[in-house]
Amino acid sequence: MDAAVRELSYAQAIQEAMAIAMDMDERVFLMGEDIGVYGGAFQVTGDLVERYGTDRVIDTPISELGGAGVAVGAAVTGMRPIFEFQFSDFATLGMEQIVNQAAKMRFMLGGEVSVPVVMRFPAGSGTGAAAQHSQSLEAWLGHVPGLKVIQPATPHDAKGMLLAAIADPDPVMIFEHKLLYKMKGHVPEGHYTVPIGKAEIRREGRDLTIVATSIMVQKALDAAAALEGEGIDIEVVDLRTIRPIDRQTVIDSVKKTSRLLCVYEAVKTLGIGAEVSALVAESEAFDYLDAPIVRLGGAETPIPYNPDLEKATVPQVPDIIAAARDLVKGVR
Amino acid sequence: MAGASKAALDSRANLPFVYRQYSPEQLRQVLHKMYLIRRFEEGAEECYMRGLIHGTMHLSIGQEASAMGICMPLAEDDQITSTHRGHGHCIAKGAEVSRMFAEFFGKTTGYCKGRGGSMHIADVAKGNLGANGIVAGGIPIAVGAALSSKMMKTGKVVVSFFGDGANNEGAFHEALNMAAIWKLPVIFVCENNGYGMSTSTARSTAVKNIAERAAAYSMPGVIVNGNIFSEVAEASFKAVERARAGEGPTLIESKTYRHRGHSKSDRNRYRTKEEIEDWMANRDPITLFETELRDFGFIDDQGIQAIRDAVAKEIADGIEFAKESPAPEIATLENYVYTEQA
Ligand SMILES: Cc1ncc(C[n+]2csc(CCOP(=O)(O)OP(=O)(O)O)c2C)c(N)n1
Ligand SMILES: [Mg+2]
Repeated sequence: MDAAVRELSYAQAIQEAMAIAMDMDERVFLMGEDIGVYGGAFQVTGDLVERYGTDRVIDTPISELGGAGVAVGAAVTGMRPIFEFQFSDFATLGMEQIVNQAAKMRFMLGGEVSVPVVMRFPAGSGTGAAAQHSQSLEAWLGHVPGLKVIQPATPHDAKGMLLAAIADPDPVMIFEHKLLYKMKGHVPEGHYTVPIGKAEIRREGRDLTIVATSIMVQKALDAAAALEGEGIDIEVVDLRTIRPIDRQTVIDSVKKTSRLLCVYEAVKTLGIGAEVSALVAESEAFDYLDAPIVRLGGAETPIPYNPDLEKATVPQVPDIIAAARDLVKGVR
Repeated sequence: MAGASKAALDSRANLPFVYRQYSPEQLRQVLHKMYLIRRFEEGAEECYMRGLIHGTMHLSIGQEASAMGICMPLAEDDQITSTHRGHGHCIAKGAEVSRMFAEFFGKTTGYCKGRGGSMHIADVAKGNLGANGIVAGGIPIAVGAALSSKMMKTGKVVVSFFGDGANNEGAFHEALNMAAIWKLPVIFVCENNGYGMSTSTARSTAVKNIAERAAAYSMPGVIVNGNIFSEVAEASFKAVERARAGEGPTLIESKTYRHRGHSKSDRNRYRTKEEIEDWMANRDPITLFETELRDFGFIDDQGIQAIRDAVAKEIADGIEFAKESPAPEIATLENYVYTEQA
């Protein structure tokens, strides 16, 4: 196949990044539940155990708190662990080590150590797995200084950002939407990085800026394509990193379009949309706004099991189309 | 449940525990319920394959004697907490399969009104406080229910079901310790089916038997063959007596096996076909119990067939009920998040 158009799924892209990192650096190893012979709950680690052995692809017991802490301890003392939470929801069990230890250790010790740990979190709804296996908790971790929190939205970025995370001396938390794992896209061969902390403009437009994260990037692009026929020209900003957030790209885009819609799957209140809205409101872009800022986020409810309720809980393409149209036409 | 009469008891003096403790009718009901669990799981699996149910599910086929044996000595208002592999516990504690199917179909008539699905199946009225999506999540909750029982003097006993995988979560250890120091009426039931997903207990757990964990918390640790109904029921009976007498918790390790994969996405790469076939052919809990019942003269072939037919009808009716039930309105999306105030 032509190398320039080589396509991989999002899951394969992550797996390739982990393999490249392990080839390049002996200190890199993987830990998690059922990541060995099972291949991971979402087949992201796949057959890596066959290639790298059980010393470097380690199945842990079902012990998220301890497992996360072991990864932190190994990171502080010279190794480069990549710890997979089987579902992002189980971050709640590892929270102590993530928030109190990994995030703060370098600071508390006056810079004497660094914590180069990577943690991966399969996240999001849409699989019928109900309230305890479908959450989007990235903003929880985004609230913690000391952590970096990323949400790659394409296979290309999944690989490049993971390689950047592995090279990063600080703890990096990666939220991977489960519905993206099968998404295919161009992924270059070999080692490359996509910088943490840089948003990407996925589509240029004049009338409205949509700032989206993770799976909502593709939905926003679909909405933008649908509204093209109505003469509405939308710019889509893929935030990619929620800590540290790329303020400038967002501010510049809003200055250009004068309208802002934030779209994210997590519960709307107290989430990334509030942060993006506030950073625009606090900046010089505020003077450019022609309409109130609008947030489109998840409903104020746990994720329900019933499939129709589940879909209704998070923004869908028609919701984005309606919100974008109303914003541009001044219906609000 | 009421015991057997004196004359009947004398003639059964040399039989295993349950045949002395319970009436033939009660034991036939146990067989009925074991079949109900098995056929429920098979029915749910088929509905899933045909795309009628979404999400995923964890089937308890092969573990029926464990669920039934533990619940046998429980009274209706005793309580349980269950796991992701919780359909059998739910039926054993008295749930109706029609409302369970309705839940799996996401309908308002389901036990959780379509909000919970398989992984959160519950029947609070019958004392089932719910399956759980979080491994070991139900264990401290059971201890809390037992604390309520003690504080409110209700006399209720609480059973916490969990898998072998759960014994390596902090919640397990913290919960057992509190139950022990406060002598709470709770029974910890580890259904050890050999694997937590793909990870065998040999690879995940430092002790050979999970019952050995009990020593660290000064409570009895009992190992039973989880595929032999009588053995499980006897251990449960003793633990319930101990709990009701205020003597504190017991840890029961019920050794069993799941015939199916962990969930619907399991390729069974961590165990051999021979191992699975051996358990299915030689240690099937329903076959073992049915054979015993027949050998001891508690049931004949006709009786067995009658049970199978009745169960088949109950399952078919249950699926029909689920299909015909209404789905929740989108407008009710935010119901039940908080307690609605009238
Ligand atoms: C805290 C937590 N970690 C991981 C999982 C994913 N998971 C669900 S069931 C399971 C295996 C549980 O094994 P065990 O406790 O032995 O129960 P079994 O499935 O064998 O009945 C795992 C890893 C989870 N649901 N919750
Ligand atoms: Mg198990």
